[in-house]
Amino acid sequence: MNIDFRTPEYSIHRDGVRCTNCRICVHQCANEAHIWDEKQKKVLADDIKCVNCHRCVLTCPTRALSIGSYPLEFKPNAHWTPHYITSIFKQASSGAMLLAGMGTDKPYPVYWDHLLINASQVTNPSIDPLREPMELKTFLGRKPDSLKIENGKLTEKMPPQLELETPIMFAAMSFGAISLNAMTSLAIAAEKMGTFYNTGEGGLHSSLYKYGKNTIVQVASGRFGVHTDYLWAGSAIEIKIGQGAKPGIGGHLPGEKVGLDVSLTRMIPEGSDAISPAPHHDIYSIEDLRQLIYSLKEATDYSKPVAVKIAAVHNIAAIASGAARAGADIIVIDGFRGGTGAAPLRTRDNVGIPIELALAAVDSRLRSESIRHQVSLVVAGSIRCSSDVIKAIAIGADACYIGSAALMALGCHMCQKCYTGKCNWGIATQNPNLTKRLDPVAGAERAANLLKAWSHEIKEMLGGMGINALESLRGNRLMLRGIGLTEKELSILGVKHAGE
Amino acid sequence: MSRRIDAQGLYYKELNQLVRQAFSEGVTEVLLDNVNGQRYIGDGISGDGSIIIHGTPGNDMAAYMNGLQIVVHGNAQDATGNTMNEGTIIVHGDAGDTVGYAMRGGEIFIKGSVGYRVGIHMKEYMKKNPVIVVGGKAGAFFGEYMAGGILILLGLSGREGYPIVGDYCGTGMHGGVMYIRGQVEEYKLGKEVKIVEMTAEDQSILERYVSRYADYFGYDKEDILAQPFSKLIPYNKRPYGNLYTGV
Ligand code: SF4
Ligand code: SF4
Repeated sequence: MNIDFRTPEYSIHRDGVRCTNCRICVHQCANEAHIWDEKQKKVLADDIKCVNCHRCVLTCPTRALSIGSYPLEFKPNAHWTPHYITSIFKQASSGAMLLAGMGTDKPYPVYWDHLLINASQVTNPSIDPLREPMELKTFLGRKPDSLKIENGKLTEKMPPQLELETPIMFAAMSFGAISLNAMTSLAIAAEKMGTFYNTGEGGLHSSLYKYGKNTIVQVASGRFGVHTDYLWAGSAIEIKIGQGAKPGIGGHLPGEKVGLDVSLTRMIPEGSDAISPAPHHDIYSIEDLRQLIYSLKEATDYSKPVAVKIAAVHNIAAIASGAARAGADIIVIDGFRGGTGAAPLRTRDNVGIPIELALAAVDSRLRSESIRHQVSLVVAGSIRCSSDVIKAIAIGADACYIGSAALMALGCHMCQKCYTGKCNWGIATQNPNLTKRLDPVAGAERAANLLKAWSHEIKEMLGGMGINALESLRGNRLMLRGIGLTEKELSILGVKHAGE
Repeated sequence: MSRRIDAQGLYYKELNQLVRQAFSEGVTEVLLDNVNGQRYIGDGISGDGSIIIHGTPGNDMAAYMNGLQIVVHGNAQDATGNTMNEGTIIVHGDAGDTVGYAMRGGEIFIKGSVGYRVGIHMKEYMKKNPVIVVGGKAGAFFGEYMAGGILILLGLSGREGYPIVGDYCGTGMHGGVMYIRGQVEEYKLGKEVKIVEMTAEDQSILERYVSRYADYFGYDKEDILAQPFSKLIPYNKRPYGNLYTGV
């Protein structure tokens, strides 16, 4: 007898008294975990198919459903945890690499949770943001070495800048990885809130050109959908070198997800695999990076800032310095917790470094080389809330990108199954029966609300520090103190310990 | 209307500004003399004018180009036709690495030889079917990751004693077709490509582009076509289909 070693991760509880056998759950679950049994005339469940996305729980009209961990344990073993045992089962049966969605869920230290924010007491007054002006406006782009002012007017020609009303943008997520409704939600929200969303590497859908003013278009190694209209369509161009969830690894959108619309946007035939090579094969050095940056500037007549997105890896400070010298106007650093539609699991969970340390190292390095002003720093990969944003800015970031948090605003329940194409929340899928579950107008409202709420919180905390412009917090690490950190960690972060 | 620009001593930024300005003023043919390594000539330009280059243009010539015909009387450097969308490039000399990187449409004719990774990640899309014809020899990773389009390699010239194509030819190829004049040893091929019989349709595609090559560079088309070609296609449109399993 051939036994399949897979066991369910979750168990589906159906309250027999509350369930009316209405079959809504059967229709709602794209994983087909709920099954209508015609003979017994009742809904049954197959636990092994459940990914714990809560869709059925939230759509069940009688609240008959709940999902729990499957009550199955291996003999406790601190080394051979269930994760490693079941991984071996899967790989022994498939011979395949493990794939995962979203950012790593491993319990690495979260430095945001070891940083505390300052507030004013007695010696300088705090500010009430509800009644006094409070400035979150942020400009991203290269700043000149000096400012020429004549007759009280700025005469220096400023390099192109992105103007943000709040220091939070929506991170690169491609059409293909996420649905058009998800992208449209973010585009509308970005326009409404005076910030930007990012196309990711999958091109720009024709219906989104109208949000160009609030769009950052991405150029990655596969060059999907990259053509002159695309480059001109956005307000900035981002070269994607790497991604926090999978540094050093390319992308691979399987042919099944390349339907008509995705194919038109990526400019590849329907059903063909969209493979992004691991490196850009025209970039093997900092000099080559400069070549690509300037090929994009030339193509857009030097009218748009060019960003370079790199994953936070061991040598990040030197790489960022090189990118700044190569002519990047904005450097985006993506930490190892950054999300993804699909990444090889072992890479996702083991490669890269935390964004907090990477940011501190890069900001310090650029300052020590006196080139910090030449480039804006945007951090991504792990920002969960407004205080994470504040801490990032105090360490030295100019702005943050949010990806996972933005998707959660749209309904993502972090089941981490984005690579299956069966996202029950209509986000990481191209299946029209699922994508229609996400209404872009309602989605935009939620995503905009999130930014609104965070912006208020940021203003409140700024006011508490006695600061009335975000600009005064940038790189102001004295506004932070560490808690429970080693000397080494404190020195990399450039903060004192609480009590000092 | 045509305009002649002396590129001597001009930084690429100024030179390209002059080129863009010329086209915006209605010039249809721009003649560039004494070009000496200036990058990005024709970068991101749309329309159906032409640029005639005397000298050696620098890297990324015709990147993102969308229309235009560029003729180079000299050699071209790396990444010629990078992510090009439409247009024609004719090089009366050799060209460097990654010619036609990710090009989606248009045609590139190189009289002589090319470097590494030429035709890498070329794609086809709807009516667009990019073509690169190389008259001499090609370095390693020819047609790497190729997802569409046509690569033709003739081996009419090139370094003595070197094979017509380097190692790992067609590695990761998952679309498009290559025609290589003569035999290619199996060991030179990436594991994703195979050699198949030429059909009548292949023959007519080949004839079409070879005769254009012969016209541009003064060869006899019949001579070139007299030798049989090897046709290379990918085994599979999904070479990496079973590589992953979910967690
Ligand atoms: S996968 Fe989601 S919708 Fe399906 S049973 Fe599990 S929780 Fe419910
Ligand atoms: S986007 Fe969808 S599939 Fe991915 S984690 Fe969120 S709910 Fe799950």
